[in-house]
Amino acid sequence: MSILAQATTAAEAALTAADQKSISAAGYAGLAYGLATLGPGIGIGYLVGQSVQAMARQPEAAGMVRTTMFLGIAFTEALALIGFVVFILLKFV
Amino acid sequence: MTSPTHIDGDAPEAMIARDMVKKAAIVGPILIIAFGLIWGVHGALSTAYGLAIVVANFVLAAAMLTWAGRISPGFVMGAALFGYLIRLSLIFLAIWLVRTASWVELVPLGITIVVTHLGLLFWEMKRVSLSIAYPGLKPTSASKESTSK
Repeated sequence: MSILAQATTAAEAALTAADQKSISAAGYAGLAYGLATLGPGIGIGYLVGQSVQAMARQPEAAGMVRTTMFLGIAFTEALALIGFVVFILLKFV
Repeated sequence: MTSPTHIDGDAPEAMIARDMVKKAAIVGPILIIAFGLIWGVHGALSTAYGLAIVVANFVLAAAMLTWAGRISPGFVMGAALFGYLIRLSLIFLAIWLVRTASWVELVPLGITIVVTHLGLLFWEMKRVSLSIAYPGLKPTSASKESTSK
Protein backbone atom coordinates (compact mmCIF):
# COMPACT_ATOMS: atom_id res chain seq x y z
CA MET A 1 0.00 0.00 0.00
CA SER A 2 2.81 2.36 0.93
CA ILE A 3 4.55 1.52 -2.37
CA LEU A 4 1.42 2.57 -4.25
CA ALA A 5 1.23 5.80 -2.25
CA GLN A 6 4.88 6.51 -2.96
CA ALA A 7 4.37 5.87 -6.69
CA THR A 8 1.39 8.25 -6.76
CA THR A 9 3.37 10.97 -4.97
CA ALA A 10 6.26 10.51 -7.40
CA ALA A 11 3.92 10.72 -10.38
CA GLU A 12 2.31 13.90 -9.01
CA ALA A 13 5.72 15.44 -8.46
CA ALA A 14 6.70 14.60 -12.03
CA LEU A 15 3.77 16.63 -13.35
CA THR A 16 4.67 20.22 -13.91
CA ALA A 17 2.36 23.07 -13.00
CA ALA A 18 1.59 23.53 -16.70
CA ASP A 19 0.59 19.86 -17.04
CA GLN A 20 -1.70 20.11 -14.02
CA LYS A 21 -3.27 23.29 -15.41
CA SER A 22 -3.80 21.59 -18.76
CA ILE A 23 -5.42 18.54 -17.15
CA SER A 24 -7.73 20.71 -15.08
CA ALA A 25 -8.64 22.83 -18.15
CA ALA A 26 -9.51 19.66 -20.08
CA GLY A 27 -11.70 18.48 -17.20
CA TYR A 28 -13.56 21.78 -16.99
CA ALA A 29 -13.94 21.91 -20.79
CA GLY A 30 -15.49 18.43 -20.75
CA LEU A 31 -17.81 19.46 -17.92
CA ALA A 32 -18.85 22.58 -19.83
CA TYR A 33 -19.62 20.50 -22.95
CA GLY A 34 -21.62 18.00 -20.91
CA LEU A 35 -23.67 20.77 -19.31
CA ALA A 36 -24.12 22.47 -22.69
CA THR A 37 -25.69 19.35 -24.21
CA LEU A 38 -27.90 18.59 -21.19
CA GLY A 39 -30.15 21.67 -21.50
CA PRO A 40 -30.82 21.33 -25.24
CA GLY A 41 -31.49 17.60 -24.74
CA ILE A 42 -34.25 18.41 -22.24
CA GLY A 43 -35.50 21.20 -24.52
CA ILE A 44 -35.70 18.99 -27.60
CA GLY A 45 -37.47 16.25 -25.64
CA TYR A 46 -40.10 18.71 -24.40
CA LEU A 47 -40.45 20.36 -27.83
CA VAL A 48 -40.93 17.11 -29.73
CA GLY A 49 -43.28 15.72 -27.06
CA GLN A 50 -45.54 18.76 -27.36
CA SER A 51 -45.33 18.65 -31.17
CA VAL A 52 -46.38 14.99 -31.30
CA GLN A 53 -49.28 15.79 -28.98
CA ALA A 54 -50.29 18.71 -31.24
CA MET A 55 -50.15 16.45 -34.33
CA ALA A 56 -52.29 13.82 -32.59
CA ARG A 57 -54.88 16.43 -31.55
CA GLN A 58 -54.99 18.20 -34.91
CA PRO A 59 -53.75 15.98 -37.74
CA GLU A 60 -54.61 18.54 -40.44
CA ALA A 61 -52.02 20.88 -38.95
CA ALA A 62 -49.30 18.20 -38.89
CA GLY A 63 -47.27 19.86 -41.65
CA MET A 64 -47.28 23.22 -39.89
CA VAL A 65 -46.37 21.59 -36.56
CA ARG A 66 -43.53 19.64 -38.16
CA THR A 67 -42.10 22.80 -39.72
CA THR A 68 -42.17 24.57 -36.36
CA MET A 69 -40.71 21.49 -34.68
CA PHE A 70 -37.84 21.23 -37.17
CA LEU A 71 -36.92 24.89 -36.75
CA GLY A 72 -37.32 24.61 -32.97
CA ILE A 73 -35.00 21.60 -32.85
CA ALA A 74 -32.43 23.47 -34.94
CA PHE A 75 -32.60 26.56 -32.70
CA THR A 76 -32.30 24.46 -29.54
CA GLU A 77 -29.39 22.56 -31.05
CA ALA A 78 -27.59 25.86 -31.60
CA LEU A 79 -27.11 26.03 -27.82
CA ALA A 80 -25.34 22.68 -27.85
CA LEU A 81 -23.22 23.78 -30.79
CA ILE A 82 -22.19 26.96 -28.96
CA GLY A 83 -21.20 24.79 -25.97
CA PHE A 84 -19.26 22.48 -28.28
CA VAL A 85 -17.38 25.35 -29.91
CA VAL A 86 -16.51 26.78 -26.48
CA PHE A 87 -15.25 23.31 -25.48
CA ILE A 88 -13.10 23.05 -28.61
CA LEU A 89 -11.66 26.53 -28.11
CA LEU A 90 -10.94 25.94 -24.39
CA LYS A 91 -9.38 22.56 -25.01
CA PHE A 92 -7.27 23.11 -28.11
CA VAL A 93 -6.60 26.82 -28.60
CA MET B 1 -55.92 4.87 -40.83
CA THR B 2 -53.11 7.19 -41.81
CA SER B 3 -50.51 8.31 -39.33
CA PRO B 4 -51.15 11.81 -37.87
CA THR B 5 -47.69 12.82 -39.04
CA HIS B 6 -48.26 11.62 -42.59
CA ILE B 7 -48.16 14.41 -45.17
CA ASP B 8 -49.05 14.12 -48.83
CA GLY B 9 -46.33 15.41 -51.13
CA ASP B 10 -43.01 16.86 -50.10
CA ALA B 11 -42.20 16.80 -46.38
CA PRO B 12 -41.77 20.31 -44.92
CA GLU B 13 -38.42 19.45 -43.29
CA ALA B 14 -37.02 18.32 -46.63
CA MET B 15 -38.21 21.54 -48.30
CA ILE B 16 -36.62 23.67 -45.58
CA ALA B 17 -33.34 21.70 -45.64
CA ARG B 18 -33.13 22.02 -49.45
CA ASP B 19 -33.72 25.76 -49.22
CA MET B 20 -31.04 26.02 -46.53
CA VAL B 21 -28.53 24.20 -48.76
CA LYS B 22 -29.27 26.75 -51.52
CA LYS B 23 -28.78 29.62 -49.07
CA ALA B 24 -25.53 28.07 -47.80
CA ALA B 25 -24.32 27.89 -51.41
CA ILE B 26 -24.95 31.64 -51.68
CA VAL B 27 -23.45 32.71 -48.36
CA GLY B 28 -20.66 30.09 -48.26
CA PRO B 29 -18.24 31.63 -50.78
CA ILE B 30 -18.61 35.06 -49.13
CA LEU B 31 -17.79 33.61 -45.72
CA ILE B 32 -14.88 31.55 -47.10
CA ILE B 33 -13.37 34.61 -48.78
CA ALA B 34 -13.90 36.81 -45.68
CA PHE B 35 -12.32 34.29 -43.28
CA GLY B 36 -9.65 33.48 -45.85
CA LEU B 37 -8.62 37.14 -45.82
CA ILE B 38 -8.35 37.10 -42.02
CA TRP B 39 -6.83 33.63 -41.37
CA GLY B 40 -5.31 32.80 -44.76
CA VAL B 41 -5.73 29.64 -46.81
CA HIS B 42 -6.05 27.43 -43.71
CA GLY B 43 -8.82 29.68 -42.44
CA ALA B 44 -10.66 29.43 -45.76
CA LEU B 45 -10.36 25.63 -45.76
CA SER B 46 -11.56 25.44 -42.13
CA THR B 47 -14.51 27.70 -42.97
CA ALA B 48 -15.48 25.46 -45.89
CA TYR B 49 -15.23 22.42 -43.61
CA GLY B 50 -17.39 24.11 -40.94
CA LEU B 51 -19.96 25.06 -43.56
CA ALA B 52 -20.08 21.47 -44.82
CA ILE B 53 -20.61 20.23 -41.25
CA VAL B 54 -23.54 22.63 -40.68
CA VAL B 55 -25.21 21.79 -44.01
CA ALA B 56 -24.75 18.04 -43.45
CA ASN B 57 -26.25 18.45 -39.96
CA PHE B 58 -29.39 20.13 -41.33
CA VAL B 59 -29.78 17.63 -44.16
CA LEU B 60 -29.32 14.66 -41.81
CA ALA B 61 -31.83 16.10 -39.30
CA ALA B 62 -34.40 16.66 -42.06
CA ALA B 63 -33.83 13.20 -43.55
CA MET B 64 -34.25 11.49 -40.18
CA LEU B 65 -37.43 13.40 -39.29
CA THR B 66 -38.93 12.87 -42.75
CA TRP B 67 -38.21 9.15 -42.58
CA ALA B 68 -39.64 8.90 -39.05
CA GLY B 69 -42.69 11.00 -39.95
CA ARG B 70 -43.68 8.46 -42.58
CA ILE B 71 -43.75 5.70 -39.97
CA SER B 72 -45.33 6.99 -36.74
CA PRO B 73 -45.28 9.87 -34.21
CA GLY B 74 -43.40 7.65 -31.77
CA PHE B 75 -40.67 7.31 -34.34
CA VAL B 76 -40.54 11.11 -34.70
CA MET B 77 -39.86 11.37 -30.96
CA GLY B 78 -37.14 8.73 -31.15
CA ALA B 79 -35.62 10.12 -34.32
CA ALA B 80 -35.48 13.64 -32.87
CA LEU B 81 -33.83 12.62 -29.60
CA PHE B 82 -31.48 9.92 -30.90
CA GLY B 83 -30.88 12.05 -33.98
CA TYR B 84 -29.71 14.87 -31.72
CA LEU B 85 -27.33 12.50 -29.96
CA ILE B 86 -26.07 10.96 -33.21
CA ARG B 87 -25.59 14.30 -34.96
CA LEU B 88 -23.72 15.84 -32.00
CA SER B 89 -21.49 12.77 -31.90
CA LEU B 90 -20.84 13.03 -35.64
CA ILE B 91 -19.96 16.74 -35.35
CA PHE B 92 -17.65 15.94 -32.43
CA LEU B 93 -16.02 13.14 -34.44
CA ALA B 94 -15.70 15.31 -37.56
CA ILE B 95 -13.78 17.94 -35.60
CA TRP B 96 -11.85 15.52 -33.38
CA LEU B 97 -10.45 13.71 -36.41
CA VAL B 98 -9.05 16.85 -38.03
CA ARG B 99 -8.10 18.84 -34.90
CA THR B 100 -4.37 18.28 -35.42
CA ALA B 101 -4.40 18.52 -39.23
CA SER B 102 -2.10 21.16 -40.64
CA TRP B 103 -4.89 22.91 -42.58
CA VAL B 104 -7.24 23.34 -39.61
CA GLU B 105 -7.70 26.67 -37.83
CA LEU B 106 -10.03 26.01 -34.93
CA VAL B 107 -11.14 29.61 -34.34
CA PRO B 108 -12.64 30.22 -37.83
CA LEU B 109 -14.01 26.66 -37.81
CA GLY B 110 -15.85 27.27 -34.52
CA ILE B 111 -17.08 30.71 -35.55
CA THR B 112 -18.34 29.33 -38.88
CA ILE B 113 -20.29 26.53 -37.21
CA VAL B 114 -22.12 28.86 -34.80
CA VAL B 115 -22.60 31.82 -37.16
CA THR B 116 -23.72 29.72 -40.16
CA HIS B 117 -26.08 27.56 -38.11
CA LEU B 118 -27.83 30.56 -36.52
CA GLY B 119 -27.58 32.76 -39.63
CA LEU B 120 -29.18 30.17 -41.92
CA LEU B 121 -31.93 29.54 -39.37
CA PHE B 122 -32.82 33.22 -38.97
CA TRP B 123 -32.70 33.66 -42.74
CA GLU B 124 -34.97 30.64 -43.19
CA MET B 125 -37.51 32.11 -40.77
CA LYS B 126 -38.32 34.74 -43.40
CA ARG B 127 -39.15 32.04 -45.98
CA VAL B 128 -41.30 29.84 -43.76
CA SER B 129 -45.02 30.08 -44.41
CA LEU B 130 -46.57 28.24 -41.43
CA SER B 131 -50.07 27.94 -42.82
CA ILE B 132 -52.19 24.82 -43.24
CA ALA B 133 -52.27 25.27 -47.03
CA TYR B 134 -48.50 25.78 -47.26
CA PRO B 135 -46.93 24.10 -44.20
CA GLY B 136 -43.35 24.49 -45.38
CA LEU B 137 -42.00 27.40 -47.36
CA LYS B 138 -43.97 30.39 -48.60
CA PRO B 139 -45.30 29.65 -52.09
CA THR B 140 -43.73 31.34 -55.06
CA SER B 141 -46.01 32.86 -57.69
CA ALA B 142 -45.29 29.92 -60.04
CA SER B 143 -46.27 27.30 -57.45
CA LYS B 144 -49.44 29.28 -56.60
CA GLU B 145 -50.48 29.18 -60.26
CA SER B 146 -49.82 25.45 -60.57
CA THR B 147 -51.87 24.80 -57.40
CA SER B 148 -54.85 26.84 -58.65
CA LYS B 149 -54.93 25.02 -62.03
